[in-house]
Amino acid sequence: MKRNIKAAAFAAAAMHGAAAPAMAQSLDETINAGFASATGWFVSFIFSPFPGTAFPWIVMWLVIAATVFTVYFGFIQFRAFAHSISLVKGDYSDPNDAGEVSHFQALATALSGTVGLGNIAGVAVAVGIGGPGATFWMILAGLMGMASKFTECTLGVKYRNEYDDGTVSGGPMYYMTKGFKERGLPAGGFMAVLFSVFCILGALGGGNMFQANQAHAQLANVIGDYPGWITGLVFAGIVFVVIVGGLQSIARVTEKVVPFMGVLYVLAALVILIMNADMIGWAFGQIFAGAFSGLGIAGGMVGALIQGFKRAAFSNEAGVGSAAIAHAAVRTKEPITEGFVSLLEPFIDTVVICTMTALVIIITGQLISDPATGMYLLDEGASTIQTVDGNKGVALTSAAFSSAFPIFKYVLAIAVILFAFSTMISWSYYGLKAWTFLFGEGQTKELVFKVIFCLFVVVGASANLGPVIDFSDAAIFAMAVVNIVALYFLMPVVKAELESYMSRLKSGEIKKFH
Amino acid sequence: MSHKIVVGYDGSDSAKAALAFATTLAGEVGGSLVVAHVLEWSPYSFLTPNEIEERHRRRGEELQRAEAAILAPAVDSLKDSGLEVETALKYGNTATTLGEIAKTTGADQIVIGRNGEPGLSSRVFGSVAISLAQSAPVPVTIVP
Repeated sequence: MKRNIKAAAFAAAAMHGAAAPAMAQSLDETINAGFASATGWFVSFIFSPFPGTAFPWIVMWLVIAATVFTVYFGFIQFRAFAHSISLVKGDYSDPNDAGEVSHFQALATALSGTVGLGNIAGVAVAVGIGGPGATFWMILAGLMGMASKFTECTLGVKYRNEYDDGTVSGGPMYYMTKGFKERGLPAGGFMAVLFSVFCILGALGGGNMFQANQAHAQLANVIGDYPGWITGLVFAGIVFVVIVGGLQSIARVTEKVVPFMGVLYVLAALVILIMNADMIGWAFGQIFAGAFSGLGIAGGMVGALIQGFKRAAFSNEAGVGSAAIAHAAVRTKEPITEGFVSLLEPFIDTVVICTMTALVIIITGQLISDPATGMYLLDEGASTIQTVDGNKGVALTSAAFSSAFPIFKYVLAIAVILFAFSTMISWSYYGLKAWTFLFGEGQTKELVFKVIFCLFVVVGASANLGPVIDFSDAAIFAMAVVNIVALYFLMPVVKAELESYMSRLKSGEIKKFH
Repeated sequence: MSHKIVVGYDGSDSAKAALAFATTLAGEVGGSLVVAHVLEWSPYSFLTPNEIEERHRRRGEELQRAEAAILAPAVDSLKDSGLEVETALKYGNTATTLGEIAKTTGADQIVIGRNGEPGLSSRVFGSVAISLAQSAPVPVTIVP
């Protein structure tokens, strides 16, 4: 009895000692539970399957759109690929326009908004659930998405607002209002408002909370576990200084470092692939076999397809409308040239970078399969594939790269944090454009959005991955619902621009300067 | 043959020395001057979304400022020389752009000032004087 009392007292003391961290944990948990219950209905609507199937209608929506644009513009992503590269190289840039934003700069800035966690964590989620076969569908979605991006970015430039002070505002909300009016179509204003609302949610979700969340996961992975709100506060502080304090120099540093990180990432992946050159054939075999059979993953071929398309769309944002906001700010005489340049984004983002991540995860043997049947083994929940050490998301990518270069764990952590930061800066801009479209421009109104944006950084870093990733996906895909409807109605405008440009290019009216 | 001399000018002391040298030279040979200022710019640099939005306005401001603070005073100071003076204001890599200005204006010489002591950065990246000496389409004079 006496012993029992002693034990109880000890337990009480232990509990007392643990009270402080428990409180911190419960703050994270409270935020997490509140967040999940507040956004659940929205998430389940966006991802609801076609009746009687497991196929989410939203994924089909994106695939059909990309196919329609690809066919309507006669496989523009392949026809204009070389011309797009020549535009980025500056071959067609008038030297008298030097000092204006170049095509290269527009591409680099738009890319730093999309290249990020989608390429590192998103791909790991895709192959972790959908198996190697998800890669095939991801590449296909990337190639098709090039046509969607081409369409939306051309329209973004064509229908932007130019102000007397020389600044510009553009994006889907502007082509919805101005473009629809020009063509005598109804409901443009309504769609623009709807798009703006979703864009603000997307900016706070995928463009912010998901980034903060995964940046925290990386930090916790490298330096040991600690409460997420601490990372959140630090990140929010830095973002605040940049977007409210106007300290563009910090943002510019990341804009410079991010491309180097991107190149470093691809190079590291290439080295790993070369080291395992004998496995590349096998890896592609897995990708093709998995694409059509699933190789034992939950949902089979459809499961692989859904994961591939979903993560590709989330990573390259084709059809979402965000890139149209970024490109609209560029001054160019020919709106279609921004369309050409932007079609390189899904290629670089998805076809090159995402594929590298997937190949490295597959080749380094992170996914566990049954040697007898060649089928992948599933976790207890039967939804994800078993991995070495049970890694998921960004940790899976980290483990795959570290298996070849142990130091890469740290490089990746830095890359993730920088990518997260630059994506946040880009999305704070997209969100702000939607916000000012709804509420008008003005310092106080803009400040309100910027402060809200910073608060969500803290929420995102504190919440669990599950609810955050669901909400991020849902909000970004909701943008695509509205945006693609507008693209269908306005695609003849792009076709007219394309035909006029191509004929002038052929006749030599549009000439090379270099 | 009339001589035209491009002077690379940024308002610094060494640029003033170059301008004075070119003025004397033009006076002696009966030539004219092109006072050229280049705003260092690479189309391959990286900008934030905000900077992209403001770029066009900023460019206008930068051109105005350079015109008012650098080129106008230089032209003013040459009023009494009786020389024919034109100006050129461009964005780009300083050395390449000075070369291009010489080509488009039909100049047959470039005069630039030497910017102080050669520091670490010019050792690593090369100075304007060195790259111009390597790439210029016309003879270059570097004034110490």
